Amino acid sequence: MSRWLLRGYLALVYLLLYLPILVLVVFAFNDNRSAYSWGGFSWRWFEALFNNRSLMDAALNSLLLAASTATLTMIIGTLTAVALQRYRFRGKAALQGMLFVVMMSPEIVMAISLLALFILLGMQLGFVSLLLAHITFCLPFVVITVYAQLSGFDNRLMEAARDLGASEWQTLRTVLLPMIWPALLAGWLLGFTLSLDDVVVSTFMTGPGFDVLPLRIYSMVRIGLSPEVNALGALLLLLSLISLMLSHLILTRKRS
Amino acid sequence: MTDAATAKPSPQLSLRGLAKRFDGKAVLSDIQLDIHDGEFITLLGPSGCGKTTLLRMLAGFETPDEGSIRLDGADIVGLPPNHRPLNTVFQNYALFPHMTVFQNVAYGLRMERCPAAEIRTRVEQMLAMVQLSEFAARKPHQLSGGQQQRVAIARAVIKRPRVLLLDEPLSALDFKLRKTMQLELKRIQRELGITFVFVTHDQEEALSMSDRVVVLNQGQIEQLGTPREVYERPASLFVARFVGEANLLPGEIAGVADDGRVQVDVMGQRMLLRRPFFPATPGQKVKILLRPEDMRLGTADESGFPGRVLERSYKGSTLDAVVRLDAGPDILASEFFDEDYPDFDHRRGEPVTVTWVPSWEWLLPDADAPV
Amino acid sequence: MLTRLFKPLFDLKAPFRSGVLWLIWGWLILLVLLPNLLVIGVSFLERDPQDFIRFSVTLDNYRRLFDPLYLGVFLRSLHMAVLATVLCLLIGYPFAWGVSRVTPRWRPLLMFLLIVPFWTNSLVRTYAIKVLLAGNGLINSFLIDVGLISQPVQLLYTEGAVIIGLIYVLLPFMILPLYSVFEQLREDLLAASADLGASRWRTFRHVVIPMTMPGVIAGCLLVLLPAMGMFYIADVLGGSRVLLVGNVIKSQFLDARDWPFGAAASVLLTVAMALLLLAYWQSVRRVRQQVAL
Repeated sequence: MSRWLLRGYLALVYLLLYLPILVLVVFAFNDNRSAYSWGGFSWRWFEALFNNRSLMDAALNSLLLAASTATLTMIIGTLTAVALQRYRFRGKAALQGMLFVVMMSPEIVMAISLLALFILLGMQLGFVSLLLAHITFCLPFVVITVYAQLSGFDNRLMEAARDLGASEWQTLRTVLLPMIWPALLAGWLLGFTLSLDDVVVSTFMTGPGFDVLPLRIYSMVRIGLSPEVNALGALLLLLSLISLMLSHLILTRKRS
Repeated sequence: MTDAATAKPSPQLSLRGLAKRFDGKAVLSDIQLDIHDGEFITLLGPSGCGKTTLLRMLAGFETPDEGSIRLDGADIVGLPPNHRPLNTVFQNYALFPHMTVFQNVAYGLRMERCPAAEIRTRVEQMLAMVQLSEFAARKPHQLSGGQQQRVAIARAVIKRPRVLLLDEPLSALDFKLRKTMQLELKRIQRELGITFVFVTHDQEEALSMSDRVVVLNQGQIEQLGTPREVYERPASLFVARFVGEANLLPGEIAGVADDGRVQVDVMGQRMLLRRPFFPATPGQKVKILLRPEDMRLGTADESGFPGRVLERSYKGSTLDAVVRLDAGPDILASEFFDEDYPDFDHRRGEPVTVTWVPSWEWLLPDADAPV
Repeated sequence: MLTRLFKPLFDLKAPFRSGVLWLIWGWLILLVLLPNLLVIGVSFLERDPQDFIRFSVTLDNYRRLFDPLYLGVFLRSLHMAVLATVLCLLIGYPFAWGVSRVTPRWRPLLMFLLIVPFWTNSLVRTYAIKVLLAGNGLINSFLIDVGLISQPVQLLYTEGAVIIGLIYVLLPFMILPLYSVFEQLREDLLAASADLGASRWRTFRHVVIPMTMPGVIAGCLLVLLPAMGMFYIADVLGGSRVLLVGNVIKSQFLDARDWPFGAAASVLLTVAMALLLLAYWQSVRRVRQQVAL
């Protein structure tokens, strides 16, 4: 009895989680403008989307930003995770504490602090400021992802490589990387998604010459309803679904 | 202790005043040790005695807080592991799981940027030596424990290191395989003529394989000597107990004879025992070390220490007996079968007397006694 | 001598290690520590219409935070964030427990389904809620069609809408740490408690709740902190009527250009975060089990 109650409850929560997304996707293919009555299947909102030059530019900017963020964060985050896992050094606890605080900080606090810094330095806001900020808030998540994989890693393998004459860099390239690349890829996908999803930090970091997708969506959804956003949302959903499946597959395949 | 250093001109590896602390706790202190070219030397001790740390310092994975490590006269303390002409066989082997056996063995040469043709011939030679030629294309997880062990050895010696470091390499193998690998390791050492520094907590392994044994306890060298010295003439109670089975009878020095032999009161009997290695003074508490195979059991009417047989166990080549002496302690005696009396045995509870072959005893100062 | 002096800074014998440590420390100091110190500094300065700030020290910004007008905004924002957090906990606690008691074979799939929305753009999800709640949206149309109401009800641009949005976006953050403590909760402990004569309710109170406390606090932390700052949810679902602390900070920085005041508000948010983190660590120490965040 209570078993079925529990299952029913789980099902209900999942339904509530997915219902809005489902509605969004369905109405992306609706031929009329209404968000409640079905006017037949149509691609027209997707067409409108792809014909919207400025929106497409913003989307390209965002993809570029997300890919750069993901790549750089993956590199820095991996190096950091390796250092945390392998070395004893002074201030290690402080470093871990700081990463934890970055992860927990409300995004808006980080956003205004970086804004203050960049204005003080007289930096032009735009791609670079966005990139630096995005890397900073993605960093702890990637460090944690890679660190979790590394902690199952036998340190003696690295020592064996060093013992056999490999430099620190050769050890990374020939032993560590081939073994932990799934975690790196998962970290990359996570960074990509976080960057593409971010509204708060981007609001503060963006400059006049560099429009990004989340902010475009933001200004579109603030005003009212627009089926174009439905179409865009469906596309983004598809993108994140693909990257999540990919990362899930990679991480679970490695374990077996 | 006869000093081997005087026999050979200069040591290959020379450790002077090595010390290491982790979080303020001393793991090793003031280690002095000379290791000679071609020697098989074993670091023996219980877990936590510092033997692995010492090995890791030689390999370059730990930096000593104090002291020097000289290899052929040059200090190598600051040298990173990849620049040291020493190689390691790791505990649990640490084979690269994503590489084949061939690639594992070739790894060290690849790092040297050796030409591919030379790598091929040398790896093939090495695999032939460890009898794994037909397994070259396999991954480590497709091999048995003993085979993995051989790959680990091949991988480490292919670079022709001056010294091979082995960190408990046999501990993951079962008893029979361990015996085989012990012989195999000795063979490889003879063939290559490389110095072996071997770490183990298994005293039997240490005694049967080594030229010399270093017994470590709590970060210090308790004794350095040949297996025979360590077993028969231990320098301390710790060594006596750690290496082999030990019967330790309590005694007190009653007097010292002119020839250095000592009068000792042992459980109510005064005995004349061999000269101790330490300066003995009358009234000093001592322990008399007797190995089980030194003990002799006699019938109750013979002279000796009276007692009763408590346990009896058949060990194949020997018969072991635990005898509770009337004076208190239990002692362990191993007697070899006497072919003239194949049915010879003691019953449990049977009264016996215990003696030993004169001058086979070894005296140790009683560190346990209150000063 | 010279090398010994510089070794702590850059060890030439281990260039890789030193390089990595330099990189990460440099990054964190330049882009985390320094900016935050800057904000703290700015919060004690005066506002300047031309250069954002004037260099004269004042506590005025903090005093203004306690001005009834702003205090009201803060308290309402806090109230909404707390309400959203409590609701997330009420929904998430039985949910995480339920998932942890499903056959192990199904658990990865269920967790996967939970993470999918987390990987989905949160603006898009907020917009999805808006679509449902709008005056001519699905819910209103449905209610009119079945005859429950004759006129669309104002669902959108209310506090309720903002809270629904916050719950919808942040629920996975509550469930993930809860699930991880429930999965570690050993069945034999519950059995032991029952064996010792505890009723189900008492087992729950004296064993389950204390054991899952770190997950509860971690989850609350992960929901409450963002909930106060997610200005776009308030914007999209609350119109201009509902303000969160995040909206105040944002408008002070980007619209009113009153940096010192915005900085003071942000410092307050950070202090709140620090206190919550402290509570989290306390509870973890008590149960001695770390929750994977």
